[in-house]
Amino acid sequence: MKKLKYALFTGCTAKQSTPEQMMSTMAVAKKLNIELIELTEASCCGASHLQDYDDFLSLVLNARNIAYAEKHGLTMVTICNTCQLNTAMTKHRLDKNPELKAKVNDKLAEVGLEYKGTSNVIHFLYAIIDDFGLDKIKEMVVKPLSQFNIAPFYGCHNIRPSELHDESHKQKENPYNPTSLDDLIIACGGKNVDYEEKNKCCGFHVELQAPHTAAVLTGTAIAGATDNNADMMVTPCPLCHLKLDTQTKSASEAIGREVSLPVLHMQQMIGLALGCSAAELGLKHHVTEINFI
Amino acid sequence: MSTDKISTQKVNFKVFRFNADEDYLPYYENYTMDITSEEVVLDVLNRIKWDYDGSFSYRRSCRHGICGACAIKVNGRSTLACKESMSTMIEYFGNEITLEPLSTKRAIKDMIIDKGDFWEKHAAVTPYLVADIDESPACENLVSPHDSEELDEADLCIQCGACHYACPVVEINSDFFGPAAFVAAYRFESDVRDSDKQRLINVNEEKQGVWDCVKCIECTEVCPKGINPFSKITKLHQMAFKKGVAKSNVATRHAVGFLHSIKRNGVLDEGGLVLYSEGVHIVKHIPVALQMFRKGKIVLPWNIVKSDNLDEIQKLIKSSSTVKF
Repeated sequence: MKKLKYALFTGCTAKQSTPEQMMSTMAVAKKLNIELIELTEASCCGASHLQDYDDFLSLVLNARNIAYAEKHGLTMVTICNTCQLNTAMTKHRLDKNPELKAKVNDKLAEVGLEYKGTSNVIHFLYAIIDDFGLDKIKEMVVKPLSQFNIAPFYGCHNIRPSELHDESHKQKENPYNPTSLDDLIIACGGKNVDYEEKNKCCGFHVELQAPHTAAVLTGTAIAGATDNNADMMVTPCPLCHLKLDTQTKSASEAIGREVSLPVLHMQQMIGLALGCSAAELGLKHHVTEINFI
Repeated sequence: MSTDKISTQKVNFKVFRFNADEDYLPYYENYTMDITSEEVVLDVLNRIKWDYDGSFSYRRSCRHGICGACAIKVNGRSTLACKESMSTMIEYFGNEITLEPLSTKRAIKDMIIDKGDFWEKHAAVTPYLVADIDESPACENLVSPHDSEELDEADLCIQCGACHYACPVVEINSDFFGPAAFVAAYRFESDVRDSDKQRLINVNEEKQGVWDCVKCIECTEVCPKGINPFSKITKLHQMAFKKGVAKSNVATRHAVGFLHSIKRNGVLDEGGLVLYSEGVHIVKHIPVALQMFRKGKIVLPWNIVKSDNLDEIQKLIKSSSTVKF
């Protein structure tokens, strides 16, 4: 198999509040012999908030990030659902609108860059499924997670709007019955837990302005997984992870019930199955203790 | 003329039943039917009523995706029954299909709900053109093609309620106007003939307005008319800044804070952003922040790794910024 190589857009969270996500991404990439060229020049994607303030500026900055992936001649891989949404959305809008693309390129030209539209943008989850292959993951599993019921939590920005995401990856995900993360859990030897909230919102994006709404959504999600006998949750989004891992107190208060489950990053789950150590996967960085290792 | 062969498959339907005049609690009735590839969800509702139980109730009218009456939920997904094919639903969910009203807590009889909250919120955004009209105009009030494009198809909304009752915030926060009302607000706010001064302010108020949207994009996913309410919500945010009605509060500072952070570091300074957004109220986050700090999840400002070629980012911000706050 030809060695897979991507331009890695880390996003901001993996370098700050979820260091374990960065560690586990690199550990898993090493195990799978995937080469990741980190885009150290990249800026924040705007996280769908800069977009509320200055749409054109957010397009220019995201186009600049993709332009760096294009300079490497590589597909850009993201490890955050919101980064994926904003970057893929930028690509979609520029590729469909030559006038807008020209305007953005006028700005990029000021710093010697050009957005061409040649690099695809995909989430690491789909790079693994589409390009590496679940069958190969399965073959490489050395510590199957067979004793665990694992609840997938997909995160909105990787599955909606489906029309946008269908452009970037081969696995056509049904936003109302997504399967990619379930398939990955099964490939790692775990038992996937089906529950109503697996494709719902965690509330992260209104954490500051509407804390009660955010807490109810977080609490309901953890409760849904708990009620379906999950031992842990797993998510491809560091923002969902932050909500589900660190906000259990407010979430419990909001729904009037104590809820708390270990929440693994997708990469940590794969890493465990592939035999990476707890230290390599940064398991000590979780607020909700990982007590099953 | 389609040459596809009509196929048939057996589907089990679990159907929400409730009569507010007689029932204390709702219940589910099961029906099994052979469904052809030609049928839409409304055909199933009709067959339940015509073949199984004449008391089964639902709203329907145009049968052409125009009136918006027949919206229900299929396996939790808001769906306009007359437009959605059963083939697609079976492809989505398999042969076990649950039919429910758009909001079970608002059910009156079976699929019929009280949409009072929906219409109240619709009315609250002044969903009509406000303009001084010359009763004897010398010429037509022309709108250029360019200006009409600004409506961005928001006028295609049929008020079916699919997005409204798919919105998780509507379920939690009874003050929240919801995506359909925001689409209506955008429809008239983006009309060059409109002169209303209050609408944009109303849809920017905290609790009820666009800043309480969780950005889950459910509304866009379910809209049967392809309107993309999420994009209208984003545009209302942008309009608030451009038209100078955005008040300085935690929500607006959160959006603006991204710019400051990116200008300074390229990447986001997460702690700095929370401080900028919350001001002195940041103290309420201290317990969680301490937990995170102990777990190595908070990077102090002087340790943030800035983007390479930061000068490029700063130059682009200077030359590309289009909004002031």
